[in-house]
Amino acid sequence: MSSESMAGRMPAPESHDRLSGVSPVPGAAKPDPVLRASGVRRSFGGLTAVDVEHLEVQRGTITALIGPNGAGKSTLFNVLTGFDRMDSGVSAFQGRSLRGLSGHRVARRGLVRTFQLTKALTRLTVMENMLLAARGQTGERMVGAFAPWIWRGQEAANRERAEALLERFRLAHMRDEIAGSLSGGQRKLLEMARALMSEPTMIMLDEPMAGVNPVLVQSLLEHITSLRDEGVSVLFVEHDMDVIMGISDWIVVLAEGRVIAEGRPDDIRSNQQVIDAYLGTQHDEPGAGGAEEGR
Amino acid sequence: MRKGARVRRRLVTVLLAVIAAILVIPAYAAADDQGGETLSGQIRDPETVEGIEITVSRDGDEIGTATTDSDGEWEVELPEPGTYHVVLDQESVPDEYVVAETPGAEFDEVEVRPGQDRAVIFRLALPGEEEEEESEPSPTEEGAEPGADGGPPEEAEEEAPAAPEVERGASFSTRLLQTTLSGITFGMIIAISSVGLSLIFGTTRMINFAHGDMVTFGAMMALMFSTGMVFTAVPLVVAAVLAVVLGALLGGGMERFIWRPLRHRNVALIQMFIVSIGLALVLRHLLLAYFGGTRVRYDEFQLQSMLTLGPLQITPRDASIAALSVLVLVAVAAMLQFTRIGKAMRAVADNRDLAESSGINVDRVTLYVWTLGGALCALGGVFYGLNQTVYWQMGFHLLLLMFAGVILGGLGTAYGAMVGGLVIGLVAMLSTLWFPVELQNAWALAIMIVVLLVRPQGILGRRERVG
Amino acid sequence: MDFIQILAEATRTAIGPIAAIYALAAIGLNLHFGYTGLLNFGQVGFMLVGAYGVAVTTSTYELPLLLGVLVSIGCAFVLALLLGLPTLRLRADYLAISTIAVAEVGRLIYRSTVAQDITGGVYGLQQVAGDFYAWNPFPSGSYGIDAGAFSITFSARDVWVMTVAWAVVLLASLAMYVLTHSPWGRVIKGIREDEDAVRALGKNVFAYKMQSLVLGGVFGALAGALMAINQQTVHPDAFMPQVTFYLWAMLLLGGAGRTLGPVIGAIGMWFLLTMFDGLLRDVSAMGLLPGIAGGELGALRHAVVGLALVLLIVYRPQGLIGNRKEMLVNVK
Ligand SMILES: Nc1ncnc2c1ncn2[C@@H]1O[C@H](COP(=O)(O)OP(=O)(O)O)[C@@H](O)[C@H]1O
Ligand SMILES: [Mg+2]
Repeated sequence: MSSESMAGRMPAPESHDRLSGVSPVPGAAKPDPVLRASGVRRSFGGLTAVDVEHLEVQRGTITALIGPNGAGKSTLFNVLTGFDRMDSGVSAFQGRSLRGLSGHRVARRGLVRTFQLTKALTRLTVMENMLLAARGQTGERMVGAFAPWIWRGQEAANRERAEALLERFRLAHMRDEIAGSLSGGQRKLLEMARALMSEPTMIMLDEPMAGVNPVLVQSLLEHITSLRDEGVSVLFVEHDMDVIMGISDWIVVLAEGRVIAEGRPDDIRSNQQVIDAYLGTQHDEPGAGGAEEGR
Repeated sequence: MRKGARVRRRLVTVLLAVIAAILVIPAYAAADDQGGETLSGQIRDPETVEGIEITVSRDGDEIGTATTDSDGEWEVELPEPGTYHVVLDQESVPDEYVVAETPGAEFDEVEVRPGQDRAVIFRLALPGEEEEEESEPSPTEEGAEPGADGGPPEEAEEEAPAAPEVERGASFSTRLLQTTLSGITFGMIIAISSVGLSLIFGTTRMINFAHGDMVTFGAMMALMFSTGMVFTAVPLVVAAVLAVVLGALLGGGMERFIWRPLRHRNVALIQMFIVSIGLALVLRHLLLAYFGGTRVRYDEFQLQSMLTLGPLQITPRDASIAALSVLVLVAVAAMLQFTRIGKAMRAVADNRDLAESSGINVDRVTLYVWTLGGALCALGGVFYGLNQTVYWQMGFHLLLLMFAGVILGGLGTAYGAMVGGLVIGLVAMLSTLWFPVELQNAWALAIMIVVLLVRPQGILGRRERVG
Repeated sequence: MDFIQILAEATRTAIGPIAAIYALAAIGLNLHFGYTGLLNFGQVGFMLVGAYGVAVTTSTYELPLLLGVLVSIGCAFVLALLLGLPTLRLRADYLAISTIAVAEVGRLIYRSTVAQDITGGVYGLQQVAGDFYAWNPFPSGSYGIDAGAFSITFSARDVWVMTVAWAVVLLASLAMYVLTHSPWGRVIKGIREDEDAVRALGKNVFAYKMQSLVLGGVFGALAGALMAINQQTVHPDAFMPQVTFYLWAMLLLGGAGRTLGPVIGAIGMWFLLTMFDGLLRDVSAMGLLPGIAGGELGALRHAVVGLALVLLIVYRPQGLIGNRKEMLVNVK
């Protein structure tokens, strides 16, 4: 709806190729960054969960964020999207500062995230989950709610768009079931479809593939690639190296809260520091993060 | 191993049955008499009225009469405990009033227990009003005041803990010291009672709304044993120990036979809150039904001469309560800090899943937490009853302060509950230096809300994580 | 009393003004808890300010009743803001305890000597809302069915209160139906399920919770106002925390998250309570309850409410008209 999200959706097919000129060092500047963060720190008591000196995410690319469990990936997501406050540091989305913005305002700017632990709205139907995500609904105002004739047209249009997305994510047959009856993998799909329903400029996915069966993983990957091709920037957390190397344009490696390396998949594969800190020593099982965070 | 468990279960069942049996044995067996029974009251509805005559008789013999003073108060001394007949002389009522239809001008059987100051409430009404009140559907009154019916009239009165007794004339610094001392005592009583509340929350994520009534339970059990309502009277110290044991059994029993099964059935937390509210109602009103709605004091340790410590005065009773409270809190803290089970309790309270995955038997630890909580509640109840009076709503009124203490300290942390309880007790008492006594609980609760504004996770609490 | 008579009395209470008043307050609670997931344990606070809004306006200041109702609504608004600003950002369990505390602080303030000139302190206020009865269109007399043992009759006064109270309940239920079937309702239901997820979709969760708190609180205040009108007296100790617990019991009995849940719950609860009272009195009169004096029967009744709550949660957590499937899904 908003002009900035339209701008964000402008097809920029060759933008991820432009990363070719970027040198693979931590904190490298990108030609057209959609998200920028500097000096971001977040600590819990004595533990510094995130300490990122500088990070830029190139517009229109798929960027993977990897790192061992507890590296601070989810915490970084939280502070960037306004779900947690950074102790110090600045971040900007599409050139505008995100300072002090709460979660919903960040989302309205077009930076939409999903959660590591799936948050399907269980007692709402799949369709309601989708419709909830649509932007700028008149009927969502308390007074407007009493005048159905005003918002009925809008609702029908949203429903059509939701239907198309559900179709794409193979959830259309479940549209009237409550989301609580979906399988874990289907919930992940629904959460992603719902995020797309809100027309993001950039989408941040926290372990979208964890717990999803391999067949669905394949289709999820296709969705992510096609999102990029539509001009949406994607930042995602993942543990499965094959997946990461397969679809990422750029990879950022986090360890103990710091960016220890970034670069194209080939750069990362051969980076000795990464192998020492991560790949060589403790290769995480996909989904292993879930148990640790169940709380 | 299995056999041991079965024996233990049978033991618990038997003991619970004993508790139930004790509860069911009604009435107060005659206890030896400390003298000083009175009947008294205040006529103040709709306003205080002077010069109304009240006559007390028994079996047709007049025992005494009294006339209300300028505050509407009257009092008749009684020769001994027993059942009396109390009548308000309608002739003495000024013309602009009539005697309210309920409770009327006559009380047929007013039971007075040994040493009791029994209050009898008469009400006046304006002649016009009387009709309307009568035409209300019968459940109206009960419905409108679910907490305030079903017992003797005085229970509707507010039950805030009494303010410290300091002579008005004393200098401010003396009053400050004196009040601080009462505040610390009161705070430690809150702390003792609420350690369990906080640990229970930590281990099960559940707010136990029945916690206050577990306090009342302890106080009432001690009362029952010490006055010889059942069996023979035992010294209060022994009665207190018995009460603590029963409190522990009550806590452990609730966990074992109610909460654990519910948890294993995956009942949602909110439903659990409601169940605890239900249990609180059951416990509170059973205690009311069997012990009556009057305020009573323990027979022992009542009339004591003040100890003087510099500018401070304290009864040996309150001094012992304070000293014992410190001991108990230190002992509990030491237990939590140094023993295996104590460490396990804190671990489970901190993160149930993590504790479980590192091999702690979470169910067992939870059972111990409830048992400990129940015992501490009972002890807190005895102390509170000694410090103030024993009555059926004492725990419920303490519950809000315990909540405030636990929230102040940070839900789920044992030490937080101790610190928070102490702060709340101090705030409640100190507020009386500047503000009306009746608002002392309001101040304590207000402090809690202010702290939540500044530090939502409480003083010692930790923030929840997102995502 | 024979059984038919007890039944008649129970029916009479279930359709009487008190049941309507509780239904209205429970509708507010249903908006808070059933739809928005707010653990409000201080609904009685809204009833308190509502009742005193009417009582103070009409009794202390002798102003018109309608102004009193506006004052009630205004007070509910202010209370909701006071309650919500510090607590709506907190975790659900903190909210539960804070709401109970705020409601209790309110009661303590209303009954304090400081406020006595306005609220009447511990004595409360009398002769409230006389206007209301001046408008009574029903000619005096007795209304209802009078069939021997099974007789349910109301005075003209009661019929007038009942008409107004149930009309308000009907309007509130209609409003709730429209709201919960609108996109607005979808958002608050989303918040009930997971507020972070809704926030991540760009909705101002805090604002929605506040709207819900205010509207539900206004329903509570209207219930309080009707209570003052019905009784023509207000007394601070009629607003103890237990009232909220009763409202919860009614809501859960009927079924939370259903438009008619709180209404059915209130009617059902009053029916059962009155019936149980009658039976208990009968049993006690026959001398089957040794050791329990008449005054303590009321206490047993409350114990039974508590027991019923426990059994309800254990055996029918979704209430009378709730959806068991949804209920179970919620449990993860
Ligand atoms: N709310 C919190 N309180 C305390 N510690 C936290 C909190 N959130 C995260 N942490 C800690 O911060 C570190 C990073 O966690 P997280 O960001 O979840 O890692 P990742 O997502 O990379 O696995 C971990 O050590 C975790 O225990
Ligand atoms: Mg993570």
